[in-house]
Amino acid sequence: MAEGENEVRWDGLCSRDSTTRETALENIRQIILRKTEYLRSVKETPCHPSDGLSNTVSLDGLNKLLAHLLMLSKRCPFKDVREKSEFILKSIQELGIRIPRPLGHGPSRFIPEKEILQVGNEDAQMHALFADSFAALGRLDNITLVMVFHPQYLESFLKTQHYLLQMDGPLPLHYRHYIGIMAAARHQCSYLVNLHVNDFLHVGGDPKWLNGLENAPQKLQNLGELNKVLAHRPWLITKEHIEGLLKAEEHSWSLAELVHAVVLLTHYHSLASFTFGCGISPEIHCDGGHTFRPPSVSNYCICDITNGNHSVDEMQVNSAGNVSVSDSFFEVEALMEKMRQLQECRDEEEASQEEMASRFEIEKRESMFVFSSDDEEVTPARDVSRHFEDTSYGYKDFSRHGMHVPTFRVQDYCWEDHGYSLVNRLYPDVGQLIDEKFHIAYNLTYNTMAMHKDVDTSMLRRAIWNYIHCMFGIRYDDYDYGEINQLLDRSFKVYIKTVVCTPEKVTKRMYDSFWRQFKHSEKVHVNLLLIEARMQAELLYALRAITRYMT
Amino acid sequence: MEKMSRVTTALGGSTLTGRTMHCHLDAPANAISVCRDAAQVVVAGRSIFKIYSIEEEQFVEKLNLRVGRKPSLNLSCADVVWHQMDENLLATAATNGVVVTWNLGRPSRNKQDQLFTEHKRTVNKVCFHPTEAHVLLSGSQDGFMKCFDLRRKDSVSTFSGQSESVRDVQFSIRDYFTFASTFENGNVQLWDIRRPDRCERMFTAHNGPVFCCDWHPEDRGWLATGGRDKMVKVWDMTTHRAKEMHCVQTIASVARVKWRPECRHHLATCSMMVDHNIYVWDVRRPFVPAAMFEEHRDVTTGIAWRHPHDPSFLLSGSKDSSLCQHLFRDASQPVERANPEGLCYGLFGDLAFAAKESLVAAESGRKPYPGDRRHPMFFKRKLDPAEPFAGLASSALSVFEMEPGGGGMGWFVDTAERYALTGRPLAELCDHNAKVARELGRNQVAQTWTMLRIIYCSPGLVPSANLNHSVGKGSSCGLPLMNSFNLKDMAPGLGSETRLDRGKGDARSDTALLDSSATLITNEDNEETEGSDVPTDYLLGDAEGEEDELYLLDPEHAHPEEPEYVLPQEAFPLRHEIVDTPPGPEHLQDKADSPHVSGSEADATSLAPMDSSFSLLSVSHALYDSRLPPDFFSVLVRDMLRFYAEQGDVQMAVSVLIVLGERVRKDIDEQTQEHWYTSYIDLLQRFRLWNVSNEVVKLSTSRAISCLNQASTTLHVNCSHCKRPMSSRGWVCDRCHRCASMCAVCHHVVKGLFVWCQGCSHGGHLQHIMKWLEGSSHCPAGCGHLCEYS
Repeated sequence: MAEGENEVRWDGLCSRDSTTRETALENIRQIILRKTEYLRSVKETPCHPSDGLSNTVSLDGLNKLLAHLLMLSKRCPFKDVREKSEFILKSIQELGIRIPRPLGHGPSRFIPEKEILQVGNEDAQMHALFADSFAALGRLDNITLVMVFHPQYLESFLKTQHYLLQMDGPLPLHYRHYIGIMAAARHQCSYLVNLHVNDFLHVGGDPKWLNGLENAPQKLQNLGELNKVLAHRPWLITKEHIEGLLKAEEHSWSLAELVHAVVLLTHYHSLASFTFGCGISPEIHCDGGHTFRPPSVSNYCICDITNGNHSVDEMQVNSAGNVSVSDSFFEVEALMEKMRQLQECRDEEEASQEEMASRFEIEKRESMFVFSSDDEEVTPARDVSRHFEDTSYGYKDFSRHGMHVPTFRVQDYCWEDHGYSLVNRLYPDVGQLIDEKFHIAYNLTYNTMAMHKDVDTSMLRRAIWNYIHCMFGIRYDDYDYGEINQLLDRSFKVYIKTVVCTPEKVTKRMYDSFWRQFKHSEKVHVNLLLIEARMQAELLYALRAITRYMT
Repeated sequence: MEKMSRVTTALGGSTLTGRTMHCHLDAPANAISVCRDAAQVVVAGRSIFKIYSIEEEQFVEKLNLRVGRKPSLNLSCADVVWHQMDENLLATAATNGVVVTWNLGRPSRNKQDQLFTEHKRTVNKVCFHPTEAHVLLSGSQDGFMKCFDLRRKDSVSTFSGQSESVRDVQFSIRDYFTFASTFENGNVQLWDIRRPDRCERMFTAHNGPVFCCDWHPEDRGWLATGGRDKMVKVWDMTTHRAKEMHCVQTIASVARVKWRPECRHHLATCSMMVDHNIYVWDVRRPFVPAAMFEEHRDVTTGIAWRHPHDPSFLLSGSKDSSLCQHLFRDASQPVERANPEGLCYGLFGDLAFAAKESLVAAESGRKPYPGDRRHPMFFKRKLDPAEPFAGLASSALSVFEMEPGGGGMGWFVDTAERYALTGRPLAELCDHNAKVARELGRNQVAQTWTMLRIIYCSPGLVPSANLNHSVGKGSSCGLPLMNSFNLKDMAPGLGSETRLDRGKGDARSDTALLDSSATLITNEDNEETEGSDVPTDYLLGDAEGEEDELYLLDPEHAHPEEPEYVLPQEAFPLRHEIVDTPPGPEHLQDKADSPHVSGSEADATSLAPMDSSFSLLSVSHALYDSRLPPDFFSVLVRDMLRFYAEQGDVQMAVSVLIVLGERVRKDIDEQTQEHWYTSYIDLLQRFRLWNVSNEVVKLSTSRAISCLNQASTTLHVNCSHCKRPMSSRGWVCDRCHRCASMCAVCHHVVKGLFVWCQGCSHGGHLQHIMKWLEGSSHCPAGCGHLCEYS
C-alpha cells in the first residue's frame, strides 16, 4: 500500500466552492474506506509478527483521520461538510470500526456549552468570520468559538493572527509556528503547543526541532532568553538583550525579524493567558479532545464534571449559586454605586500630589499579595516542558524589584506615539493591525453590566487596563490609582493577576468566584482586556529596549 | 560646528548674533519655547524646567523653575509655552492633566501662579492667544479643549471634540477668534472661540493621529499638519472645503512642524521616533529637504525659531538631554549630495534619460548597448534665480530610440490569445499551438511544440501525416516512430558538436539546422562527414531505397504548397530494428560517426532571419517507444523550458508547463514554476489580457497562484430602491423586501449576468435582452427608449 495515494489532503475542504469541497470529501471517503478494507483484510489473515507494527501504525493513521472527521462534523462552518463527514463516520461505524466521540463538552471548560454559540447557528457576519478562519487554517479552533462572543474583536484578532502567521513577513513560516510554540510553552499551554506543532509540521518544519529547543537552530535558541524574560519579567529587558540577538554573527537576527518575533512572542504569551483564563478545552482532533471508548454511565471523565455541563453538576452549581444570589446581586449594585460616586466625587475630593504618587506604589505593592492561596507547584507536563528551558524562571512581582527598576512612564513611551511607529517601520502593516486590535479591545462596550443597561463602563475598563499595566510597573501620570481599589474587589484581582502573570494556575473556582452575577460574555470581555493589556505591556518593554538599542 | 559665523539681520533695530552651539541639560526635554525678545528659551520635560539665556557663545542657565523638596507631578511637563506679549508669563501642560501658569515677576523663589485641574487626562498642548494677554487654550488626552481666562479661577469654556484625544491646539495668527485642533483619530477641527457648542469645520487630514499643526505666519489661510503617517500636509483653509496644497513625505512620524519665518514655503519638522534629525522643507520640493540639522543623538522633541522675523536661527530640545541652537548657514544640504536624474518613456517606446553632465561624461567611456541607437544631446540649463535648487550646473539628456519594429509585442498578445492550453488531447493542443506560432513567424517555437507532441504522444495516436512533411510517406512502413527533440545550444560549443549517432545498418537521419551564426560550424561538420555532403538539399539521409521517394516528396510537400514552412524537418523512416539503441542523448552526441549531417547555408539564413542571437539545432531521431518512455526526455524538456524562460519568453515556458501538466511538473521545482507563473500573469495583465491571465491562474497547479483569483471576489451591490447596501443576498433587499434586479423581458430576478441600458437603466438577463433587441429597438420595459446593444 503506497503511502502517497493515501495521503489525505484536507485543504480542499477549505475552499469556498461547494463542489470542490464535495470532491475533496469524496476523496477522503475513498481513502478511509480503502484503509478500513486494508485493516480488515489484515485482521482476517493470520498475523505475522512483522506485520503487527505496521498494523498498529496504519490503525493509528486511520484513527487520526477519524478524529479529524469528527472535528469537521462538529466544527466546520460549512453545513455540507458537517453533514457529509458525519455520514462518513456513521458508515464507517457500520463497518464495525470504532469511531471516536468528542470528550468533554464544548470549547470551554468554564463556560457551559449551551452558552456558547453553536456552529451552524451563527448570523451572516459571524459565518463570514468562521469561513475566513476556516479557509485560512482548515479548522475552527475553540478560541475562535469563545471569542465569537465579541465578533467585532474577533475579526480584528483573526486578521492580525492571519497576517502574523501566513502573510508576508521577514520570518519563514515554520519559524513563526515554532516561535508560537516556544511562547506558549513558557506558560505550559499544551493547547496552543499542540495546535502549533501540527501547523509547524504542516508547513514543513523539521520534526527534530520539536524534541526540544536545543535541537532547533542556534538562532532560535538565542531567542529563548528573550522569550523567558518577556513572558515573566518584561521590565528586565534591556538593550543588551537586543544587542545580543542582533550581533551574534552568523546566528544574528535582523531588526525586522526581531520585531516579527517579538510580536509573535507577545501575541502567544497573551493568547496563553486567554486559553487558561477562559478554560479552553483541547481541540476535538487533538490528543485529549476525543476518545474511542464508548460512553458509559459510570465513566464520566473528570473534565465533564468540572465543566458544569453535566446535569447533576448543574444542580450543584445552582444550589451553590442560590445561596449567594442575593450576595452577588449586591455586588453588582455596590460596584455601580462606587462608579457613580467616583464620577461625582472626582471634582470635590482633591488628592494631594504625594498621595497620588503613593497610591500607585501602594497598588503596586498590594498586587504582590494578591496571589491566591493555593500556591502548589504545578509540574509542567513533560511533552510541553521540553520546549523551554529553565522551568524555575517565573513571574516575580515587579514591586519587589521596585528599588532597582525605575517605573515605566507611559507619557514617555507609549504605544500610540512610539511603539506603533517602530513596529510599522520594521514590519509594515502590523503596527496598524495591532493598533486596531488594541483600540477595539480597549473601547469595546455594550453599555451593559450584568442585568443593567446603559452603563458607562469606561471607568471600569480603564481600571482593569491600568491595573494590569501597574502589575508590570507601567504608570499613567494622569490616573488616580485609588480608583482601582474601589472598583476591583479581591477575588477579581486574584483572577486578573493569575491570568496575566501565571495563567497555568487558573482554576474554575477562580473563574466562578469573581463577578458572580455577570454574564459569561462579560467575563470573556474581561479576558480580552487582560490579554490585550498584557500584550501591550510586553510590547512596550520590548520595543523600548529596541528603540534604546537603535539610538 | 566650531566655525564661527555671525549673522546680522535687519530687524527693526535689533540684531541677532550667535553661532551653532549646544548645551547639556540634566534631563530629556519634552518641549521648548522662546521668549518674545529672542534672548531666552525655556526648556521643559518630565524632570526639568529651566530658563536659559541665549548668549553669543553659549547658553547660560538663568532660572530653575522646578523648586520644592519633593517635585510633584504638576512639574512633569508635556508642553510649555511662553507668552508672546508678556515676557513674564509662561504656561505648562502637565502629564497628570494639570495646566499651570507661571509668573516670572513674582518675588518669591516659587514662580507658580495658577493651577487648573480641570482635565482628567494628560494635557498634550497649551497655547496662548497671540494678541490677547489673558487667554490660554489647552488640549488634553480626554478629548476636551479648554479656554482659560487667567483672571479667573476656572475655565471660560470647554470644547468637546467628540472624537478622540486632542494632540495639538493652535490659535490662528490672523483670525482673532479662530483656533485649530488636531486629534488622535486623524481629524482636524476649526473652532470659533465664541462658540463652544460645535466646531466650525472638521476634516480628516491624516491616517492615524495628527501630532501637530502650525498656522502660516503670513498667509492667513494656510495650516500645516504633521501626523503619524509620516506626512506633512499644507491646507488652504480659506476655501469652502479645506484643500490640500502641498504634501511632504518624511521618513518617520512627524512630531512637530513650524513654519520658517520670512520664507513663505519653508517649514521645519522633527520626528517622534527613529529619526533624530531636524529637516527644513520647501513644500514645493517635497522629496529632498532643503536643509538638515544632524546634531541630536536622540529624537528631537521641541523646535522653535528664535525670532519671528529671523529665518536663520533654530532652537531645538531633544530626548538626548541637550539644547541646541542651529544656524541655517551650518545646515547640511542633502541636495548637494544628490545626483538628480530623470528617466522617461516616450509614446513610441523611446527612452529619455537626463543626468548631471559630469556623471554622463564620466560614463561615456562605456560602450552603448548594441542595438540601440543613441543620440546624446547636451544642453545648458538656464539658471533660474527663483529656483531654490538653482546652481546645479548643467545636465545631459540622452535619448534612446527603439529600433523600428524591434520591440513590438504584437506576437505576445496574439500568441496569448490564440494558444490553446487545455480542453483537447495533448496532440491537438501541440499542433494547434505549433500552428499559431508558425503563423506568427516564430518557427523555433513552432518546432518545439511539434517536438513536444512527438515526444509525449503515444505512437498510436499520432497521425503520421502530422508528423512532418518529409516523413509523410516514409512512415507508411509501420514501425518507425519519430522522436524529435530540440536542443538549444546554451553554449555555442554545444551547437557545433552536432554529432550524430548511427547504429549499425539502421537508417537514421539527422538534420542539423543551424542559423547564420553557426553556419561555419555547420560547414565544418559537413566536411567531417564522409562524402555524403549534398549541399543543395534540405536533407541528407541514409537513403536506402526510399531515398528517391523522399527526395521527391520533400520539395513537393514542403515548398510549393507551404512556402512559409521554413523549417525543413527531415527524418527517415527506419528500415531495420535498432538493437542497440543509445540510452541517452549524451551518448547520442558523443558518437561522431554520422556522415549524414547537412546544413545548407542559403537555407539556414533564410530560415531564421529574425533570430540572430541564437542558433537552432534540431535532431530528428527515430526511436522505439518501448525503449524510450517520455520520461526519458523530461530532463531535456526541463532544460528547454529553462532556456525559454531565461530568454525572456516566459510565455512559452508557462504554456508548455500547462499543456504538459503532470508530465513535466515534477521535474521543475515549485518555486521556479511559481516564478514563471507570476511573471507571465503579470505580463498578461499589463497587456490587459484579463481573460487569458485568469485562465492561466485557473490552470496553474501551484496553490500560491491558483489562490490569486480567489481574492477579493466579492461584489457589493446597493438596492436600487432604498440605496442601502444589500448584505445577505445580491438580489433581494432586506430593508424594502423588493427584488432589486428584475429582467424586463421575463420579469424574473436576474441572478447571473445582468445587462442594462445606460440610457433608460432598464435591463435583464443578457440572453433575453440580446434576443429582444434583435427584434425590436425599443426598450423591453415599455418606457419608449430606443436602446442600443453593442
